[in-house]
Amino acid sequence: MSDLTSTAGETDGRTGLHTSEAAKQRLGRRYRAEARFKWLGAGAVALAALFLLILLSTIVAQALPAFRMNYVTLPVDLSAERVDPADPGAANYDGIVNDAILAQFPAVTGRQERRLARGLISSGAPPLLRDRVVDGDVPLGGTVEVALPLDDFADLYLKGLLAEEGRVQRLAGTVRATVEEGAATLAFTDAAILDRAREAGATAGEDGALALTASTASLLVRLDSGVFKLTGVAPADDGARAEAAVLRPLADAATAADGEAGLRVIATPEGQRKITDQEVVWIDGLAERGLTQTTWNTIFLSSGASREAEMAGIWGAVVGSALTMLVTLALSFPIGVAAAIYLEEFAPKNRLTGIIEVNINNLAAVPSIVFGLLGLAVFLNWFNLPRSAPLVGGMVLALMTLPTMIIAARAALRAVPPSIREAALGVGASKVQTVFHHVLPLAMPGILTGTIIGMAQALGETAPLLMIGMVAFIVDVPGGFTDPATVLPVQIFMWADFPEPAFQQKTSAAILILLAFLVLMNAIAVVLRKRFERRW
Amino acid sequence: MIGYLVLALLGLFVVAFYAGHRRAVASVEGDVARLHSRPSQHGLYLALLSCVPALLLLVLWSLVTPAIEASIVRARFAAEVAEMSLPQVQAFIRDARAIAFGGIAGFPDETKEAAAALFGTLHGWSVRIAVVLSLALAAAGYLYGIARIAPAFRARHMVERTVRGFLILCSVVAILTTIGIVLSLIFESLRFFQQVPIYKFLFGTHWSPQSAFTGAGAEEGAVNTDIFGAVPLFAGTLLITVIAMLVAAPVGLMSAIYLSDYASRRVRAVAKPMLEILAGIPTVVYGFFAALTVAPFFRRSGEALGLDVASESALAAGVVMGIMIIPFVSSLSDDVINAVPQSLRDGSAGLGATKSETIRKVVLPAALPGIVSALLLAVSRAIGETMIVVMAAGLAANLTINPVEAVTTVTVQIVTLLVGDQEFDSAKTLAAFALGLVLFCATLALNIIALRVVKKYREQYE
Repeated sequence: MSDLTSTAGETDGRTGLHTSEAAKQRLGRRYRAEARFKWLGAGAVALAALFLLILLSTIVAQALPAFRMNYVTLPVDLSAERVDPADPGAANYDGIVNDAILAQFPAVTGRQERRLARGLISSGAPPLLRDRVVDGDVPLGGTVEVALPLDDFADLYLKGLLAEEGRVQRLAGTVRATVEEGAATLAFTDAAILDRAREAGATAGEDGALALTASTASLLVRLDSGVFKLTGVAPADDGARAEAAVLRPLADAATAADGEAGLRVIATPEGQRKITDQEVVWIDGLAERGLTQTTWNTIFLSSGASREAEMAGIWGAVVGSALTMLVTLALSFPIGVAAAIYLEEFAPKNRLTGIIEVNINNLAAVPSIVFGLLGLAVFLNWFNLPRSAPLVGGMVLALMTLPTMIIAARAALRAVPPSIREAALGVGASKVQTVFHHVLPLAMPGILTGTIIGMAQALGETAPLLMIGMVAFIVDVPGGFTDPATVLPVQIFMWADFPEPAFQQKTSAAILILLAFLVLMNAIAVVLRKRFERRW
Repeated sequence: MIGYLVLALLGLFVVAFYAGHRRAVASVEGDVARLHSRPSQHGLYLALLSCVPALLLLVLWSLVTPAIEASIVRARFAAEVAEMSLPQVQAFIRDARAIAFGGIAGFPDETKEAAAALFGTLHGWSVRIAVVLSLALAAAGYLYGIARIAPAFRARHMVERTVRGFLILCSVVAILTTIGIVLSLIFESLRFFQQVPIYKFLFGTHWSPQSAFTGAGAEEGAVNTDIFGAVPLFAGTLLITVIAMLVAAPVGLMSAIYLSDYASRRVRAVAKPMLEILAGIPTVVYGFFAALTVAPFFRRSGEALGLDVASESALAAGVVMGIMIIPFVSSLSDDVINAVPQSLRDGSAGLGATKSETIRKVVLPAALPGIVSALLLAVSRAIGETMIVVMAAGLAANLTINPVEAVTTVTVQIVTLLVGDQEFDSAKTLAAFALGLVLFCATLALNIIALRVVKKYREQYE
């Protein structure tokens, strides 16, 4: 003590070792380092939270549109000439649907244009119509209003996901349109349209003429009931003149119209979006006439896979997952619990049980894809079990979840206090009776919790199922354990590969459904743990 | 038929249980205390004896008969089959079976119809034999068992021995799984190494088994052994793993430290479940996120910086994999950090150290072996992870350490080689098993090292 005071006194006359300026600075540095460290830790947690937030929000934002779907209600000719009432299934429904949609656009004549117009309706619509007619949902004999699913691109456009809405602006002055052989000439009294064309990225030619192409924004002029797409604008003495393509003809096929006009600008160039201006105008026309309506997407929730995005559903994969999980549960639960009981309650401490324990711990860390290789080599090639079947998938997943199950069940059994066993043995129960009548019931909540968590893991697993052929494209909803099937995560994997934008939303929606199942299972596990778990 | 038989046997199980029960009670005229075993144990004994042998027979039958039937059909149609290659023969058998038992046959023709008819009769006979045999077994078991029930009969011992045998059998499944994995990987790999020398596989730097003319392996000797050099795959796996660990190790470790030593109870109550959610998200979801959101994001950022980032860059896959591993690292290190006794922290605080100094100079060194082992386990997870890299990493085997280029990994190649219809014997498919063997050995070694590290360097407190 005296040493300390004397040294302090020598180095600094008035203040001590811990109160000097240098000491204060040291202390300040140390506290700042402390604060930095703490914030670093908080930052790490916040970063993890941020990742989770971004992940979930992108998926939810993408998924929501997929739960709604657009239909168009069209008068469909189901008279006796088109559909034989005696055999309604044999009629040419493709033709019926095509005629129904083409009837909406009487001006469409060209081969290419007709095909484009037919493409507005989903190619899954005719079979759907046939099924409804055969089932008697739609009355035969005459023209009936029927709601038909739109094609995925039309559907996406109506959801506002392919081209921005682009509100219609009123143009100053008046516009006069003259239509001649499918092309139109528009005379603007106000030259502001030239600025719009320049904003759209039009390329300048001679005499201030501006050309609008597929790589510039689209300018759609609306006059009366006609819609024109500007292809070139040039200045004129009294305003501006424009060349335009007719996307929707004037009423009663008039050749000229005069009056105030609206302008709609679609900023994404036509060449860069998946929907043409012509289709945009057609769909808008259908929507304006009140023919389209949005409903819950029942197709998505109730049908199997399909190449057509709008007809593809998740139900087949859900059933496949359920069948696979049943097999997994039926195998891994009894085997896992029995193995845990043996290792925890009966096993003597010898080499064999030591090997088994090391084995289980190592198996828990083997990559899941290796289990897939095992399934391929043993179940498929050795035992000749069917490919793509929930039976094999369930067996592979059961082997994969077995270590998790055993470890969880052992922990639950270990948590039962020895006094229970001793009491049972004391009143004359055999070892087997002790375990099955007393220990196991007390450990059951813990075992079930572990089982549910293991099943949740298995439900989200993809890689081993790819190995045993569950990636096959399967349209039918599986009806049994040996039918070819796919499961939810594999369906997600397959859809994620499809280029159509509609499939990306389906993928997100399928992910949401998978996550919902996982949340449900984990919630059940938490409830089980909270309600039944006993602390001794 | 077999389904009904199984149901009937299960029914017999219940019947035999009650019969045994009643017989036991009747044998002592209701004075149950005179029985050695409880009546229900007698019942169980009888039920097990009458059903289990029959059921085992059925299991054996269903495993063995398909192969026997197929070999008989092949022997009968030896003339037709003689000119076919092995996959064709397999397809022939498969189609014949599909015609006979319902299913989708590839190309039905007359030979296949005839084979299918043979399959039908063979199967009919084998079912009949199986039914008769198992019913006879069940009856014999029942009659033998019911005759043995007597007051002094030790039914309990029999039943408990059976139960114990079943328990042992179940725990051996784990060993069987490991043996199955090891054997299947080794056998298929050996077949691969007969075609491609092992040194060319392990040290070759050119990997393109998909190249159409050289890799098909349809004919013996046509295998180009130079296209199976797996070094680019190992390098790619390593690159992605390193990126993943660069994300996961600091974030996971720091959040574990924060949650165990700094966070208030409220923060912990929110943060822990959040990390559990992150851990519970299926990997295919991470893969979708990587391919759809993260990869384009990196590509755009790279463009803004004037970098040419591949759309399937190692960076995107690695970062997302790192996010996936964060909770794994965090929960493992959390356990380790919590296992450091409070007395060490108190002692350090008593000497005047701040909390961060205590953590850096006392807690972390004490927990170091555990943390190292946690990181090793995380590396083994990253190496074996499949879906993220399948969806977000590339297919081209580039030998590079540039994180913005596309690389491929061992798991990606296993999936691409085995998904789709392939002949099972080609060098291409067998290569997947060789890769699987490497993967299995690598993860196993990492796990063993991780365990050793903990065992060897762990400080024993108390």
